[in-house]
Amino acid sequence: MNIKKRVAVVGAGITLFRRRLKESGKELSFHAVNMALESAEMTRDDIDSVVMGTAPDAFDGIHMKSENLLDGAGATQKPYTHVYVGGGTGVFSPIGGWWHVASGMHDTCLVVCEEKMSPCFPHPQTAFRTIWDPITSRPLNPNLVWIFALEMHRYMKVHNIPKEHIAQVAVKNKGNALDHPSAQLGAKITVDDVLNSEIMVYPVNRLDISPPSDGAAALILASEDVARKYTDAPVWLDGVGWALDSAYWTNRDLYYPQYVEEAAKMAYKMAKINDPPKEVSFAEPYDPFTYKELHHLEGLQLAKKGEAPKLTVEGVTARDGDLPVCPSGGLLGVGNPIAAAGLMKCCEAFWQLRNEAGKRQVPKAETGVCQAWGDLMQVGTVCVFKRDS
Amino acid sequence: MSFDKIRDPRKLRHQIGHMECDYVYTAGVAGERFYLALREDGKLLATRCDKCNITYMPPRMYCDKCFAELTNYKEVPLTGIIESYTITYFDMDGEVLPEPLVLAFIKIDQTDGGLIHTVGNIKPESLKIGTKVKALFKDKAKRTGALTDIKCFQPA
Amino acid sequence: MSKNMKELPGTPLSGKELKSEKVITFKWRPNAKYAWSAGIAYGRFLDELKAGRIIGRRCSRCERIIVPPRMFCEHCFVATDEWVYVKDTGTINTFSLSYLDADANRIKDPILVAVIDIDGASPGVGILHLLGNVAPDKIDVGMKVKAVWKPPEEREGSVTDILFWEPLED
Ligand SMILES: [Zn+2]
Ligand SMILES: [Zn+2]
Repeated sequence: MNIKKRVAVVGAGITLFRRRLKESGKELSFHAVNMALESAEMTRDDIDSVVMGTAPDAFDGIHMKSENLLDGAGATQKPYTHVYVGGGTGVFSPIGGWWHVASGMHDTCLVVCEEKMSPCFPHPQTAFRTIWDPITSRPLNPNLVWIFALEMHRYMKVHNIPKEHIAQVAVKNKGNALDHPSAQLGAKITVDDVLNSEIMVYPVNRLDISPPSDGAAALILASEDVARKYTDAPVWLDGVGWALDSAYWTNRDLYYPQYVEEAAKMAYKMAKINDPPKEVSFAEPYDPFTYKELHHLEGLQLAKKGEAPKLTVEGVTARDGDLPVCPSGGLLGVGNPIAAAGLMKCCEAFWQLRNEAGKRQVPKAETGVCQAWGDLMQVGTVCVFKRDS
Repeated sequence: MSFDKIRDPRKLRHQIGHMECDYVYTAGVAGERFYLALREDGKLLATRCDKCNITYMPPRMYCDKCFAELTNYKEVPLTGIIESYTITYFDMDGEVLPEPLVLAFIKIDQTDGGLIHTVGNIKPESLKIGTKVKALFKDKAKRTGALTDIKCFQPA
Repeated sequence: MSKNMKELPGTPLSGKELKSEKVITFKWRPNAKYAWSAGIAYGRFLDELKAGRIIGRRCSRCERIIVPPRMFCEHCFVATDEWVYVKDTGTINTFSLSYLDADANRIKDPILVAVIDIDGASPGVGILHLLGNVAPDKIDVGMKVKAVWKPPEEREGSVTDILFWEPLED
């Protein structure tokens, strides 16, 4: 592979994540970008190009919303691109930024993700009605949670996983989120709280699900030579990977996310990681639902098939465990403004690798993996971040 | 393909649907200041970036150029200049309007921006680019906090 | 995180505040309507459903029989080459019980949802559909089920021409 420039992360920014924020999407983008610029000690003039990531326009209710958001993203009169792979967008956006810089085309690229899910009534779920195949699925009047429940149940059944083990993910992530300043749903809860919470779509209980949220996040990428001018502690985006599986999801076995494995292998190879469980010091897999964190840890090759629940129960994935997972608090705790939630994970990797994560800091953070997932359970996006050792 | 001549998909095996969503948009921080001033005081508010010497109308929370946060709101005149206009004779569904409707981009005085609005109380044939116009407000009781709180712009 | 940032930006609003006079909002209801033509493969699929049959396509390269049918195989990326009738019986691959309707409103009696692997199609080839005539606690993965069809005169060429799938008596 001919990668012209090594790509660094030099700044990150984020807003509050809440069920509803007064700021417009542009204004939220502005705040996240402004914080990222400030943390990198850069101005808008230092930015060569901008990549915007958002999930379905139907949440904000502004068709072609990336054009609407452009000025808030600091992209006026600059090369600007919108990238989109459903829920996988948040981790795909820095991959889009990576293309700009790794190719040698631009020295710097600002990556912004924004989501406002609050405008959609009666519920953001309503917007999801229109993602289904209109011929084979939509006449059945499906709710999006159906496919997650079906996938979760298949995963549990194939590996004989008790629900208690899966519920532990919510306990861990909501607990971790207590230390995240953006967090919407940080809380100290128990496994019983999860099991006794309302059944939404069996086997998914209310506390297995991340909330709908408004929020924005931003990340600044720079080529190695330029990054050194701004910081002594660049974080390296050394591996990127993405893959999509067939949209005929009822023709695949849902117990394992093969597409996440493909994406992870691509990213690990690029980052020269041969033994992921040994070499990865923490992970931020996508956790819109409790079981998804486990599913994705397996796809990311950080746990054997069916064994991620055990790691969680044994405390391996706790913030002070051998492999901290979602030290940020994840989507379950920090919130889920879809694309911004994925980019929040990459911001977390940046802060962890710079020792700037405060109370959330994991020990010996050398290599972090972030991953997102989405569409009709078909996309895996992966970024591997490292610091100078 | 064999279906080239069929323009209406309903003549083929098909499924019908629509977007069932309703939306409620917040105006945002700067938008809210602007619309509250329209509704409550019948005033136009702009934001200003002194560094770039730009006065934003409608107001923005940040400067498009230097990306500074703008917190300096100032009242600007209700008058402006027609920068461009168009006359429409049909409504959104293609029906002929009872009266032609004049739509204009009005650059608001003492600002670097402007508003798209209707121009009333003027004969279409006497319209000119450069005509000075002034906002005519609805009665306060009828205002809702939207651009339509201005009934129209009319020759000043 | 940023050293100069004391508080993160963002102004939370409650649902009540959103409805108050002080918060300026704008409302919109999209009025776009759609008619999705089914295309070649689904068009035939729906015609056959109207006739009370389920049809798939066979890819002669990978030998898969796929339902719902498509005119090309996404793995081999060649045209599929044969229509194949499959059975209206199958096996529950996975299922869930939905206490939410399509707008996420709570409902008392759950909708019984399943992926059903179709008999006569390749292993692991299933469709999304509903279950019925079964108590929720009796459903299990691996259970054999059979389609319950609408009466012929009520069918309209839609996946809803099958009302639901019920347990298959041995
Ligand atoms: Zn400025
Ligand atoms: Zn094939």
